[in-house]
Amino acid sequence: MSIDILMPALSPTMEEGTLAKWHVAVGDTVKAGDVIAEIETDKATMEVEAVDEGVIEALLVPAGTEGVKVNTLIAQLAGGASSNPPPKGEGDREAVEGASAARPPSPASPGLPPKGEDFTVVAAEGASPVLADPDLPEGTVFIKQTVRDALRDAMAEEMRRDDGVFLMGEEVAQYQGAYKVSRELLQEFGARRVIDTPITEHGFAGLGVGAAMAGLKPIVEFMTWNFAMQAIDQIINSAAKTLYMSGGQIRASIVFRGPNGAASRVGAQHSQDYSSWYAHVPGLKVVAPYDAADAKGLLKAAIRDPNPVVFLEHEMLYGTEFDVPQIDDFVVPIGKAKIRRAGTHVTITAHSRMVGLALKAAEVLAADGIEAEVIDLRTLRPLDHATILASVRKTNRLVTAEEGWGSMGVGAEIIARVVEHAFDDLDAPPMRVCQEDVPLPYAANLEALSLPTVDKIVQAVRAVCYVS
Amino acid sequence: MARARKIASPGPMTSSKGELLKFYRDMLLVRRFEERAGQLYGMGLIGGFCHLYIGQEAIAVGMQSIQLAGDQIITGYRDHGHMLAAGMDPREVMAELTGRAGGSSRGKGGSMHMFSTEAGFFGGHGIVGAQVSLGTGLALANQYKANGKVAFVYFGDGAANQGQVYESFNMASLWKLPVVYVVENNQYAMGTSIERSSSETHLYRRGVSFNIPGEEVDGMDVEAVREAGARAAAFARDGNGPYILEMKTYRYRGHSMSDPAKYRTKEEVDKVKKTRDPIDHLREVLETKGWADEAALKAFDAEVKAIVADAAEFARTSPEPDPAELYTDVYLEAAP
Ligand SMILES: Cc1ncc(C[n+]2csc(CCOP(=O)(O)OP(=O)(O)O)c2C)c(N)n1
Ligand SMILES: [Mg+2]
Repeated sequence: MSIDILMPALSPTMEEGTLAKWHVAVGDTVKAGDVIAEIETDKATMEVEAVDEGVIEALLVPAGTEGVKVNTLIAQLAGGASSNPPPKGEGDREAVEGASAARPPSPASPGLPPKGEDFTVVAAEGASPVLADPDLPEGTVFIKQTVRDALRDAMAEEMRRDDGVFLMGEEVAQYQGAYKVSRELLQEFGARRVIDTPITEHGFAGLGVGAAMAGLKPIVEFMTWNFAMQAIDQIINSAAKTLYMSGGQIRASIVFRGPNGAASRVGAQHSQDYSSWYAHVPGLKVVAPYDAADAKGLLKAAIRDPNPVVFLEHEMLYGTEFDVPQIDDFVVPIGKAKIRRAGTHVTITAHSRMVGLALKAAEVLAADGIEAEVIDLRTLRPLDHATILASVRKTNRLVTAEEGWGSMGVGAEIIARVVEHAFDDLDAPPMRVCQEDVPLPYAANLEALSLPTVDKIVQAVRAVCYVS
Repeated sequence: MARARKIASPGPMTSSKGELLKFYRDMLLVRRFEERAGQLYGMGLIGGFCHLYIGQEAIAVGMQSIQLAGDQIITGYRDHGHMLAAGMDPREVMAELTGRAGGSSRGKGGSMHMFSTEAGFFGGHGIVGAQVSLGTGLALANQYKANGKVAFVYFGDGAANQGQVYESFNMASLWKLPVVYVVENNQYAMGTSIERSSSETHLYRRGVSFNIPGEEVDGMDVEAVREAGARAAAFARDGNGPYILEMKTYRYRGHSMSDPAKYRTKEEVDKVKKTRDPIDHLREVLETKGWADEAALKAFDAEVKAIVADAAEFARTSPEPDPAELYTDVYLEAAP
């Protein structure tokens, strides 16, 4: 009886890879644990080991083949009783990807090619033109770039500009970043300015703040923000408060950055949104971009800012391509929201990955005749409430979307401000879309239920518009 | 008083044929289980992170053999081998990996977060270093209750640089807590070799300034692990305080499933596999002693294969957790 050997996935988001090398030939006998092949993606390499013993009956994909889809039959083994689970149609793969809520088919509207692994639709057709940053010069050329590369370029540009800027964190140098955000920075700037640290967040965050107090401009990367909880004392007690406590003498121009929020199936301790945690703290600025242009322009602004800045990225967006304006020194001001889609019936606020979901929800709603205005907050502290208030005064309805827990959250703050300043303009009680009030579960179905979705935003909008 | 010493001197402990055969079987179970987990991951049945224990089997199996009922174990996210060695049901472990109702955390924890009160297994922790303070707290409870139990606290060479490790060392030694710290030094923390992260690479010496004795142990030799483990456990159980065992070992696979594999050479990995493999080593020991009974070893192969196949089938067919589980286990009811 033959045993099927399938193209494996190296990560939950991998769809295809290169079959780099076969270590066996037809007729070879293999036992469990033997390396039979090597596969590669742009990020990683893996050896495929036999799980059963037997004789290689067929190699179905030649070595060197690129773009081999996950779960493609790559070889067959003649062997003993197989207990390989059937690969397809189990629903599990779908469930895994569904859990990231990030991969619907791209809308088939002309001129909007599908891009990357997340929603990248910056503007829908017709009614809602792209709302560019006001001060981009006429005729600016845009290039397609991933959020990952935009962040990298922002750091590289600022490091070229100012010798005081340096990057420090776990795996940022030789490994090129756990998520490859610091790719080639070590090669360009050397080990003095791109520093691999031991796993010791509380320590190196403190070192960063100290170096900033002495006048340097550190960028401290946390492999993910989950691990910054080890270091939160230095971020808040040292970085955020010292200017005040010293009567304005001691400054700390420092950026703390890394991926925030839920990736895919990594469980409760690795999937947390810290937006409201840091946005609570006077003395910090908190930035959470959605697209690549903002990632670049805001990171440059953050590095230049004389204050400590918490910069929240999203792993699920790193690989997504967006248009980035090709101008020298593209800096986006901290503290200004961006209207991503204009609308008249309801205001939806969102930041980071939720902007993509809000835009998708707006498209769904538009098909029902509800025109939503989508505001990308971009900065959470200082919050651009003027833009939010102006929008709500126009639409009279508000839904807030965030990935984190709702209780004491970003939406709670926005709604409080709207109620304080525009109570009479509201035609319905505002609503929050957020994560369920539980730690994030691992199981695919529970994870999907727990996180905010396009549908949850659509339902909330219908509710505030009193449309069933 | 620095009592750190290099390689543990050979002691009087000898293992019977039955014991050695059991070690062989248990290590084989961990290895085959992990290979299957890697395969299920490749098929999309396991998501997120999945850190395999392949290469390090002798540590969990050897240490388990000297534990007494009621002793506790705690470790990081590279936890599957420890759970199997602690006697947890492979079905339950595999079904947690697939996030199903039959998993040890009913699908809510995943690879990095599994627990078993029955097996004295306190997790399965995703935050590097956190288990060291938690494990020291387990030891505090043992001392408090005067129950004679020891806490076995596992962490990696990378984790050994976290500040809370040394805060814990100080308290454990100050209060003479019954804890054995087992550093699984596989020489890499993700892509960072120990030479690039540590000013003192001999981790068994890390207790020196806290007056904690330490030994370096060949973590690829299950008998050496068992011997050193017994000595450390006796020391802690007798009220002398903590003990550090630095297990020199190696991880064969990538850090998690996705690994660029550029920070070490293939030759380096192959050399360890060829010359230091813990399972091959034990097989040689058995052969030298004339105990490598072919039939017995074959039977283990078949037994382990069947257990792993059954676990994989269970993990694949166990239903997803009931949606209502989303909201359970957040709080306990307060006692009236
Ligand atoms: C506080 C914290 N920082 C960073 C990480 C990311 N991370 C997970 S495992 C790991 C490497 C740990 O290496 P080591 O302690 O040697 O254990 P090994 O993986 O080799 O078993 C890192 C950096 C984390 N989980 N927690
Ligand atoms: Mg290690």
